[in-house]
Amino acid sequence: MSRLEIISPNRTRIVMEGLYKDLERRIESSPPGLCPVEMSKAFLELCHAQTCGKCVPCRIGLGQLGHFIEDVLEGNATMETLDIMEETALSIMESADCAIGYEAANMVYKGLIGYRDDYEQHIRNGRCTCTYHQPVPCMATCPAQVDIPGYIALVREGRYADAIRLIRKDNPFPTTCGFICEHPCEARCRRNMVDDAVNIRGLKRVAADFAGEVEPPKCAPSTGKKVAVLGGGPGGLSAAYYLQLMGHQTTVFEMLPELGGMLRYGIPNYRLPKNRLDEDINSILKTGVEVKHGLKIGKDITIKDLRDQYDAVLITIGASTDKKLGLEGENADGILSAVQFLRNVGKNEIMDLTGKEVAVIGGGNVSMDAVRTAKRLGAKKVSIVYRRRVDDMTALRGEIDGAVAEGIELQTLKAPAAIDVDENNHVKGIYVTPQMISEIRDGRASVKPTGEKDIYIPCDVLIVAIGQNIETRHFEESGVQVSRGKIVATSTGALANMPGVFAGGDCASGPASVIKAIAAAKVTAANIDEYLGYRHEISCEVEIPEPRLDDHKPCGRVNLTEREACERVCDFEGVENCMTENEAKQEAGRCLRCDHFGYGIFKGGRETLW
Amino acid sequence: MVNITIDNKKISVEENTTIMEAAAKNGIPIPKLCYLKGINEIAACRVCVVELEGKEKLITSCNTVVEEGMVLYTNSPKVRKHRKTTVELLLSQHDCSCVTCSRSGNCSLQKVANDLNIIDIPYKQEIERQPWNKEFPLIRDSSKCIKCMRCVQVCDKVQGLNVWDVEGTGSRTTVNVAGQKSIEEADCSLCGQCITHCPVGALRVRDDTEKVWNAIADKDKIVVVQVAPAVRAAWGEELGLKPEEATVGKILDALKRMGADYVFDTTFSADLTIMEEGNEFIKRFTNGELKERPMFTSCCPGWIRFIKSQFPHMVKQLSTAKSPQQMFGAVMKTYFAKKIDVSPDKIYTVSVMPCVSKKGEREMELFYEEYAGHDIDAVITTRELIKMIRSAHISPDTLTDIESDRPMQQGSGAGVIFGVTGGVMEAALRSAYYLVKKENPPADAFKSVRNSTTEGIDGVVEADFQIDDITVRTAVVSGLGNTRALLKKIERGEVHYDFVEVMACPGGCVGGGGQPIHDGEELAFERGKNLYYLDENANIRFSHENQDIIEMYDEFFEAPMSHKAHMLLHTEHEAH
Repeated sequence: MSRLEIISPNRTRIVMEGLYKDLERRIESSPPGLCPVEMSKAFLELCHAQTCGKCVPCRIGLGQLGHFIEDVLEGNATMETLDIMEETALSIMESADCAIGYEAANMVYKGLIGYRDDYEQHIRNGRCTCTYHQPVPCMATCPAQVDIPGYIALVREGRYADAIRLIRKDNPFPTTCGFICEHPCEARCRRNMVDDAVNIRGLKRVAADFAGEVEPPKCAPSTGKKVAVLGGGPGGLSAAYYLQLMGHQTTVFEMLPELGGMLRYGIPNYRLPKNRLDEDINSILKTGVEVKHGLKIGKDITIKDLRDQYDAVLITIGASTDKKLGLEGENADGILSAVQFLRNVGKNEIMDLTGKEVAVIGGGNVSMDAVRTAKRLGAKKVSIVYRRRVDDMTALRGEIDGAVAEGIELQTLKAPAAIDVDENNHVKGIYVTPQMISEIRDGRASVKPTGEKDIYIPCDVLIVAIGQNIETRHFEESGVQVSRGKIVATSTGALANMPGVFAGGDCASGPASVIKAIAAAKVTAANIDEYLGYRHEISCEVEIPEPRLDDHKPCGRVNLTEREACERVCDFEGVENCMTENEAKQEAGRCLRCDHFGYGIFKGGRETLW
Repeated sequence: MVNITIDNKKISVEENTTIMEAAAKNGIPIPKLCYLKGINEIAACRVCVVELEGKEKLITSCNTVVEEGMVLYTNSPKVRKHRKTTVELLLSQHDCSCVTCSRSGNCSLQKVANDLNIIDIPYKQEIERQPWNKEFPLIRDSSKCIKCMRCVQVCDKVQGLNVWDVEGTGSRTTVNVAGQKSIEEADCSLCGQCITHCPVGALRVRDDTEKVWNAIADKDKIVVVQVAPAVRAAWGEELGLKPEEATVGKILDALKRMGADYVFDTTFSADLTIMEEGNEFIKRFTNGELKERPMFTSCCPGWIRFIKSQFPHMVKQLSTAKSPQQMFGAVMKTYFAKKIDVSPDKIYTVSVMPCVSKKGEREMELFYEEYAGHDIDAVITTRELIKMIRSAHISPDTLTDIESDRPMQQGSGAGVIFGVTGGVMEAALRSAYYLVKKENPPADAFKSVRNSTTEGIDGVVEADFQIDDITVRTAVVSGLGNTRALLKKIERGEVHYDFVEVMACPGGCVGGGGQPIHDGEELAFERGKNLYYLDENANIRFSHENQDIIEMYDEFFEAPMSHKAHMLLHTEHEAH
């Protein structure tokens, strides 16, 4: 007789493990806009199935909660039902023996509090009030609602120029977004239900790389109206592009020598090569957009001047000033903001960091841009100093990995405490207080000091990348409403108290993404057009290929590869490699064409114009 | 051309043809439920699936375009099996009380299930029952709905009113009135297009036949029936009568046999409408009232409901003339009551209409001397008429042509074409010409307002006419989606007309929501041709030549637009 044996999982267990993975991916690609009460019931049933059955609250209570939700859905509940549900859920939360019970009840409870309106509507109307139409997931999660299934199908057919034309209907920065879009579209991709999200951004890059130069569409006949756009970043240029297509003469005012805003002066060349950015900008300018450089609002020109001279004014100044640490000595030499640091590089004012030690404070994408740029400028050692863990960083995972691969040090769980300056008022180092991860508050892990002594990190250059602000002073003085450092615009982009003045992008939303600025540009362009008394429509004549009839066997996702780290840190050339045509065809073929299959063909599918 | 093989038959079809169309053209009708050409091609019911050689998953034939070299099977073991399962699943959520269903014998689900020889359903019955106001002219029976979404799409795409929508998600997904409204609150025009496009009995018209039978049974009531022009173009379809056999005279005979006391043809009051509306038009036109915006016809109650809810600020542009149905009701309870010397409240007026909205229109009140009631007491649709004929077990082949009763017997060809898009306009112009010139134009002088295509229905037909030095700019539109587009153009000043005819249903009353249903077929155009044929062969072609109308004016109304005419034959439309 043997006392112990090695247990190998049986077939059921293996299959179950696989199904758990399937479910994980399925939940990940859950389409937005489902009935929350119905989903609560489904979640609860899953939770209840996990019950071991030992304890009363979980074994019986979860089932009873399920019956109540069923009553709500069937129109058999009253408001009192919700009270009993709440009490029962609380009771299970506070009396169940293990997490299987109390966390399940907590999920129900959170829903009861968080979307009580939906519960009440069900009870009052006896019918589901969530008439959100199940949309095509990628298009619904793309702020600019780019016709993603459409351009993927075009890429698959090798019609790259048509793909670019189609993208431009909603986004005049196809090349730029092919490089650096945060691709929220991929998050809920239905292909996740099969294997993994489609590499949507990668396919956009393919279209941009293979299309060659694509002429912008013809502008509508001139309306004789003039629009001023303040700021030549992605938001301003996108709005200018659409307004110009609508027949309005648009003038972009840009204080810096070249157009592109953060795309040129914030995002380093190795992520978005400037000659590629110029492809987008040149196409936009081809529509006839005029540009006035070197004029700073408030100094060289005022809002009032612009309102007098133009039929409408759009403010898209972005968020280009930096947030301060608030520590003594912050103005010392050798300390600069990431915005300033990156802008200097963008302006070709190159700082030689050879042999220097650089510390960068912050865990966002801008911080990653700063460290990787510093590395390329020859720094001996570059460290990220961050108060939380790597997992808590807001930067995209790929950016963090890229930085680490390039030899960046991660100094996590260290909160800046004091700045050390030498006799020449030059930074020498920074004291940081060791932190430990702690309670999760509002969905984010907080930190608290460990009680250990502060640590000293020596550095020759300290870069602060903890966020950006908006330069609002002139606007505030001109009567523009400003709140919490942002320009207050309505959801249409209009300023409530200033007819004919609109605002969009980072300056109205706070620092966000390129694609969000482009989305805001669509809104403001359409509403400026309306304000000017027109109803021009932006459309694209490209015919979208019929879907191919595939069985969609599971197939791995093609990821973009990168140049070797040791080679790429020596230059500012692009880091990411494009797919091959072969890879692109396979990847495009993974698209499930939700515009055709499923609900998209009925409602919420293709918008051919806006 | 694309070469494909369907069920071992090699065929060649034009590019961009769907598999379903390609198969149908080659004598292979693929079963379907949700598909509605051009309106609902969403592949929801999965009944039209076919097998494509080399692929595991079945594909839908309704929305898949043929590709070179495809080898397809429409009836392979796999297809049969899955199609059958799908239909069984549908039946598990369908109230299969077929014998008491308004669509029994004319139900696409019934046919598909019967054809597949489904006897036992292995699934649990789960019938959805939503409450509904059964007094409302349009009734939705959720227990019959198969969620094909046709009603949603017809209302959205053709009629542009968005009355229906999908509600909820997951297993409880259903169809209901959009925006959490009840049907009474919704801006439903009662056009009934959702009913005629429903493949099953989930949407139906309120049945009023029992009211009519009760009135017939009531010895104190004198039942007076009128039959609308468009009814004659369609009623024979379900009774096995050829168009040339299905005359209005036979309908009148059937009604008399069922026990109606007097029977009339609404063509008479269509002529009366022309007398009033034609004169009103000339008056408003010469007064300069139509410089900015046109006068709109007012005989279609679906259109009236539409303009009141969608373009309330344009309501004053409507003609004040009541519709032929309402005018006839008013005449029956006044002029006719006097003629036969009975009190108006003894008279029970029934109209047979191709329309659902007429059931709403009849709620309009009539005040005349001491009488307070309604012009019309009951409205039945063409489909209800057919049911009455059937329940009275009248053999259609025994019916004979009889004339309508006197003294409202005559009807002109102009009155007959009221039932087809463009007809009201053409009839009005024939008489307006006469009013201005004191002589008749050639009867077909205004033919250009007719539907101009040879196989479908035009959205809008525009025509200008010269009467001496006056130019009359007209437009004719049918279908409410087309109507909305036209009204927006008028609002924006992009187009100018003096007189516009609107009919809510595509093709006019012949395509009305109360007409016989033929799933997947649009018969409005064919039925319209029938009415034009009748007009062409009519003894009189002009409303103003109707001798019985002339006599009635002499004896009762004095003249068009007289005080009495205003009291009984006109109404002030008001926006809600």
